[in-house]
Amino acid sequence: MYVAAPLLLSAFMFSCGVYGVLARRHGVMLLMAVELLITSANLNLIVFSQLLKNSLGNIIALFIIAVTAAEVGIGIAIVMLLYRQRSTVAVDELHLMKW
Amino acid sequence: MALPTIAFWILAAFTAVSTLFTVLTRNVVHSALGLAASLIGAAALFILFGAQFVGLAQILIYVGAVVILFMFGIMLTGTAVRPVVDNDQRPAAALVALAVFLVLAAGIVSSFGTKKVRFQVAFPTVQLGHQLFTTWVLPFEAVSILLLAALVGAIVLARRD
Repeated sequence: MYVAAPLLLSAFMFSCGVYGVLARRHGVMLLMAVELLITSANLNLIVFSQLLKNSLGNIIALFIIAVTAAEVGIGIAIVMLLYRQRSTVAVDELHLMKW
Repeated sequence: MALPTIAFWILAAFTAVSTLFTVLTRNVVHSALGLAASLIGAAALFILFGAQFVGLAQILIYVGAVVILFMFGIMLTGTAVRPVVDNDQRPAAALVALAVFLVLAAGIVSSFGTKKVRFQVAFPTVQLGHQLFTTWVLPFEAVSILLLAALVGAIVLARRD
């Protein structure tokens, strides 16, 4: 099988994530789009791990998964705090520091 | 066509459709379920490409913990009913995403257009665990500290005092 096929799938997932990050204004959905970006990067790592017959890609994918878990925990906590203080989760209403 | 190739195309179609559904739907809970489907498809692809441990860790951590955390975030903020989903830059965002995909696809096709991958190497959990606790033990401990710090930080942020 051509190695370009899984890489193109990963690029498609990445583009969907980019679209989500740019177009969403719900804080939780923004974080979901970031998850798609990270998963596409993981898919690339796994495919290259298989292509090069080297387990390094698997190890790095594991670290990325762990770091992502931490990122989501903090992200959801920030969204909850936002909702409690402003009664909204729309990220484009956070323009206090906008020039 | 060989069996793994057929399996790849089925899983790839499933993952692509659920990914598209995740970013296009206007219902927050549907989006979270689409994300779960997309991550399960990605985990199946990981297993297909020989990364059994990473695939199972993906299902455990992403689908089991992260998506449930998203559900908690949606339910506790009570925003599932109010339409605050998208902003007004959808066409520009679609344009940017299309441009990103075209650039990435051009790079992939020109670099790996004729290269083939075979599903022959599986990375056993024994090997990964051995590497993780010998070569990679320092990053492993750093990630442990990072997770602890994130846990404490999340509690401090979300605590009602």
